[in-house]
Amino acid sequence: MAILCDRNTKLLIQGMGRMGRFHADLSRQYGTRVVAGVAPGKGGVEIDGTPIFDTVAQAVKQTGANASVIFVPPPGAGDAILEAADAGIELAVCITEGIPALDMARTKSALQHHAMRLVGPNCPGIVTPEQCRIGIMPAQITRPGPVGVVSRSGTLTYEAVDQLSRLGIGQSTCLGIGGDSVIGTTFIDTLALFEADPATRAVVMIGEIGGSAEEEAAEFVKSEMSKPVVAFIAGQNAPPGKRMGHAGAIIAGGKGKASDKIAALEANGVAVSPSPATIGETLVKAAPQLAG
Amino acid sequence: MNVHEYQAKALLREFGVAVPDGRLATTPEEAEKAARALGTSVVVVKAQVHAGGRGKAGGVKVVKSPAEAKQAASEILGMTLHTPQTPPEGKLVRKVYVEAGSDIERELYLAILFDRSAERFTIVASTEGGMEIEVVAAETPEKILTTQVEPNVGLRDYQIRELGFGLGLNGDQVKKLVPFVRGLFALYMDKDCSQVEINPLVVTKQGDLFALDGKVNFDDNALYRHKDIADLRDPDEEDPRERAAKEIDLAYVGLDGDIGCMVNGAGLAMATLDMIDFCGGAPANFLDAGGGADKEKVKEAFKLILRDENVKAILVNIFGGIVRCDLIAEGVSAAAAELEIKVPLVVRLQGTKSAEGREILAQSGLDITPAETLKDAGELVVAAAKGGAA
Repeated sequence: MAILCDRNTKLLIQGMGRMGRFHADLSRQYGTRVVAGVAPGKGGVEIDGTPIFDTVAQAVKQTGANASVIFVPPPGAGDAILEAADAGIELAVCITEGIPALDMARTKSALQHHAMRLVGPNCPGIVTPEQCRIGIMPAQITRPGPVGVVSRSGTLTYEAVDQLSRLGIGQSTCLGIGGDSVIGTTFIDTLALFEADPATRAVVMIGEIGGSAEEEAAEFVKSEMSKPVVAFIAGQNAPPGKRMGHAGAIIAGGKGKASDKIAALEANGVAVSPSPATIGETLVKAAPQLAG
Repeated sequence: MNVHEYQAKALLREFGVAVPDGRLATTPEEAEKAARALGTSVVVVKAQVHAGGRGKAGGVKVVKSPAEAKQAASEILGMTLHTPQTPPEGKLVRKVYVEAGSDIERELYLAILFDRSAERFTIVASTEGGMEIEVVAAETPEKILTTQVEPNVGLRDYQIRELGFGLGLNGDQVKKLVPFVRGLFALYMDKDCSQVEINPLVVTKQGDLFALDGKVNFDDNALYRHKDIADLRDPDEEDPRERAAKEIDLAYVGLDGDIGCMVNGAGLAMATLDMIDFCGGAPANFLDAGGGADKEKVKEAFKLILRDENVKAILVNIFGGIVRCDLIAEGVSAAAAELEIKVPLVVRLQGTKSAEGREILAQSGLDITPAETLKDAGELVVAAAKGGAA
């Protein structure tokens, strides 16, 4: 068991450019069932052994794809997400960085009328170790095990996974939910999935400055979760008013500070790692039975 | 992206939002001429810098003749303005906006922004115009009214009427508020703003409404489809290092410590600053070299870090996912040799091709301290910056 994707996931790639093809190949090598690519106007050919279709709807009809990873550049990314939703895709993971906030606000609102789950945008994707890789994560650093990892950042996810793996602790599923201000799947959504997943016994949550998703997640942990959750918040030294790489990582009008998030998490029973180097150790303290 | 008040007001005017008549001036003589052209008995001379709190800092002067406008402009132009929103060194005033004086009955507050939790646009209004909204929110939250706008539905007139009557406007004034707020909202949506703030929104003795001050911010991600807005960028208002970083597509934020940082990924870059702080050091910058970091980019990033004369040591922290550590290592050794870096260099390579990367650095013959974990990296670079052995 895992969340969101496993060995049965049938993945299609929207946006077969250099990056889409490169990561399709890595996902295939990892054992993911990459069943189709979508490139409007190129339908009918094969790229690296993957059949290409003009539209997502055709690809779904012909291959039974149920998940999509989107590498479409910002101007067309919102459109690509809605095309996946209309074609009946169950899970879309949007890697694209730099989508205008207004486009995502409209897209997210329109998704209320669809069953599809969106992860991202501006995210590294999802890995269920030894089963499925969707996106751009270095899956080789993961190993199967009982800890769910969820983060707003890509490379910091790798850092946390690496610390866990060094302590002999594997992961159920690792996912990056994205660094933008409007994202499809939130911390709360992910925590609920991990809580319901029998293979997950504890969760590592990595937040950062900006917005109030961590504060909202803290309350959710207290009221809805039985499994231990530990956290780290990046950006404790970020100056106010500056966008720290991610579009959503900004302290604005005194809101979104790391200190407020840490206080909210600790007040709700979430152990927060004081340094980014002790995320693994913090988990071991909170859930000693998981240490390998 | 931020723009100046005079640029924001031109946009407001374009969208049918009433603003006072005004002219831009870069010399006292131009200011005098502008005041004469406006022809009002009172004119206001306002410093044009990207920061709030200009009035209290002496950057806004109310005068009663073109001669006085000239005098006020000569005092404001060339001054370095220090407000709570300027960087520590202050901001040099290069332009003033000369504006017709207003006859003010009431000052209100109105802003449009995006509420991330609700995933809706929010219109915030308050009877306390002229005050900072954060202060009003903290002290008298009951004086703040809000209404939320669904992105695919858009703003409805009843929402504006509710706000207007809530602010204590009479029927005629609310009738004027409807097109005023519709104009603001159209500007927000058409130009991909991230914030539009009118503070104060003035009600005149005749019952007319206009925007006395206007602040408009734009979504950087949407600038590709608004060349007119991108052209409003004023490089003089940006930190020179941040401006240089933007030109080579690196995310960089200058800080005031002495440890230069080069990291891949925004989250890890923020965490690296936290690590340095945790180890007792102070970071000089945030730098996300991004997923496409290669040899050339690494070199450019080093150049940028070394422009800061405070830098006493540099930490390179790469967790290779898409980024290959061997390519980074080649870039680091090429840059270190070519740029003759004189400060201690600590390099941590993890993830994709990290063993190959470490080997390249070891073979380079350069004085580079390798680090294994994030903790090692932090401790080593902090010791190096303090003059200890790296």
